[in-house]
Amino acid sequence: MVLEMLNPDPKPATESLYEKRQAVFPKAVDGRFRRFKWLVMILTLGVYYLTPWLRWDRGPYAPDQAVLVDMANRRFYMFGIEIWPHEFYFVAGMLIMAGIGLFVITSAVGRAWCGYACPQTVWTDLFQHVDRFVDGDRNAQMRLEAAPWGPQKIARRAVKWTIYLAISFWTGGAWIMYFADAPTLTREFWSGEAAGVAYATVGVLTATTFLLGGFMREQVCVYMCPWPRIQTAMLDEKSLIVTYKDWRGEPRGSVKKAEKNPGGVGDCVDCNQCVNVCPTGYDIRNGPDIRCITCALCIDACDSVMAQVGRPRGLIDYATLDDCKIEREGGHARPVTRALFHTRTLVYVGVWSAIGLALLFALGTRTHIDLTVQKDRNPPYTVQPSGEIRNDYTIKLRNMENRPRPMEVSLVGLEQGVMWSDDMPRDQAARSLKFNVDADQTRPQRIYVVAPQGTKETSFTFALRATDAEGGGDTNEVRFDAPGDE
Amino acid sequence: MANKRIDEPTGIETVGHEWDGIEELNNPLPRWWVISFYLTIIFSIGYIVVYPAIPMLSKATDGLWGWSSRGQLADETARAEAARKPVLDAIAATPVEQIASDPKLLAQAKAGGSAAFKQNCAQCHGSGGKSMPGNGYPNLTDTDWLWGGNVKDIELTLVNGIRSPDHAATRTSLMPSFGKDGILTGAQVNDVAAHVLSLSGKGPANAAGAALFAANCVACHGADGKGLRQFGAPNLTDQVWLYGGEKAQVVASIHKARAGVMPGWSGKLDTATIKMLAVYVHSLGGGEDFTEAAANPPANGTGNAQP
Repeated sequence: MVLEMLNPDPKPATESLYEKRQAVFPKAVDGRFRRFKWLVMILTLGVYYLTPWLRWDRGPYAPDQAVLVDMANRRFYMFGIEIWPHEFYFVAGMLIMAGIGLFVITSAVGRAWCGYACPQTVWTDLFQHVDRFVDGDRNAQMRLEAAPWGPQKIARRAVKWTIYLAISFWTGGAWIMYFADAPTLTREFWSGEAAGVAYATVGVLTATTFLLGGFMREQVCVYMCPWPRIQTAMLDEKSLIVTYKDWRGEPRGSVKKAEKNPGGVGDCVDCNQCVNVCPTGYDIRNGPDIRCITCALCIDACDSVMAQVGRPRGLIDYATLDDCKIEREGGHARPVTRALFHTRTLVYVGVWSAIGLALLFALGTRTHIDLTVQKDRNPPYTVQPSGEIRNDYTIKLRNMENRPRPMEVSLVGLEQGVMWSDDMPRDQAARSLKFNVDADQTRPQRIYVVAPQGTKETSFTFALRATDAEGGGDTNEVRFDAPGDE
Repeated sequence: MANKRIDEPTGIETVGHEWDGIEELNNPLPRWWVISFYLTIIFSIGYIVVYPAIPMLSKATDGLWGWSSRGQLADETARAEAARKPVLDAIAATPVEQIASDPKLLAQAKAGGSAAFKQNCAQCHGSGGKSMPGNGYPNLTDTDWLWGGNVKDIELTLVNGIRSPDHAATRTSLMPSFGKDGILTGAQVNDVAAHVLSLSGKGPANAAGAALFAANCVACHGADGKGLRQFGAPNLTDQVWLYGGEKAQVVASIHKARAGVMPGWSGKLDTATIKMLAVYVHSLGGGEDFTEAAANPPANGTGNAQP
């Protein structure tokens, strides 16, 4: 009977273990954090939607789109930077920096990414504004939700979902613009000439935006996203989080109660505004929770209520748990900047900057000219009728500039060797050959190298040099095979 | 099973079995699982009807759709061949010496020739075309050619073969077995060998050998020993030795004569494949220019080898 004591009301076997979603109808609010969120939203959406339309002149041999992931030609353009596939470590480095950047932000200001900049948050916020625009604020939305389906509800839902769909479609459409010339792709898209993958991508992203932003919303953050779980491991008592100062607010009571019983009631008037404005529907007064994405809208709501009832702001505020402890014991909270610059944050910033500087250094010193050599290994050498020994190589001259460049390949070492290529006569063999390499291209070239009879197995170097004003070059040491003494 | 009862802590009925006090709760499989299971049974009935399924004595039942893995392979092979057909037709229709003027056709011919070479030629000439030194199969990567090294000559050799009994137009010539047939004595063979080695600077001059060479060998190998391509007679003055350049090997060559055989490939390979092979072999590093060779017939193959 112990079990019955633990669980006095045994659940019937058919009851679902899944909790049905409690719909959230956040109330409109104004305040400093709300205004900051507007700013971030305009900035992030603006960057996302408009970036592909920025132009950047790269001359006649390269696309003029400022940011372009050119899969077909395997190039990644970002303003003045052009990344080739063999330089993908720059992209990997940027992704690592983005990851550590999240650590920095989390360590300094808690879940600011979740609260302000995460696409899920931004689009959910946008869709909630659409809700308010079509259906009215929280109470009107709740009334409409409870109302039976009638002409008015159908009309409002149709309008709302159409706007959802338009935003979703624009979101999906903007994504593909990063992978092709935006104006061309737009024209092709509407005339039905674009690649099937473009339509499929737009379809999938439209569907996910519609679904995740329009309907799933905070459930993505609470149930689907791994980041909040990781973040809980990264937050500590020195991290800024949105906190309800219970020692100041409790016990809750209305203003009237406080007038009747001065000193017996805390600052919280139990108006529930902090819950009403919360986009995930959480009551911050219950303490820190995974549902709190620290968007700080409850701070705005509470501040305005505190102003109305004439009490100091900050009953709900950004604070570290350490500061809360100090305040609870009657001390004074330290300035917020103390929380921003604690040791762990500085370590993260150091690592982040080190990677950034290393990438910048690599970017600044990378060469735009490259030589790779592959030696024929079957046969390793060929004895010519004259007794000379020939070795064959495939060399690749890479020109990463957006203009054709004249280049010269020379032999260094193998003093008596000469070379020629398969598209020139043998009698023009020389110690150095000139080639023109087209803009932004790799030119493969078959090279024959001969050395006199009796040359022993050795090594030598192919030296590549650009013969224009800019210069630069590359070298590649290779083997020269010869008959042994067998 | 009379002793079915409701299990108190869970509120679930038992199935009525009991072993030493251990009972089983009646937790049926989830509905979706059971439905999926029945669907797989229904699917399998349809599968057995339309696909080969039931093993019989010699083979399984055919199935209504007539599918077989062998038939699928045949379909895919046919599709791949249909895709290759335009290229092969273009190569078959282009004279072999003109393939080089179309870069795309040239690249395809080289690739196709490389594959065909590994299948048909590598057994003797080696996968890289170099053969083994001294084993009698010519090295195809150097500039020394017995019967001509421009792409048209190579094609002709490929089509008709060398001393190929099945081909009337095959390239052929016969070196007498000077020692074995008693044309020269052993000492004379030795002298000729010494002279031949001296031609490429591998030994001192031999006056007796030179005289014998002039009497017996110049008809095919030329007065200067540089060979004659219409007989496929090798150049004896260079550093390439088909059967080895040591004294004993040269003596053996003179004593019993050499007559390498290559099959003619017409009838075995189609026109396009032979052209692709010719282009590929020509590209191995020793190919001679077609027009140049036509303007100056049989050169000795070493004319442009000096830097």
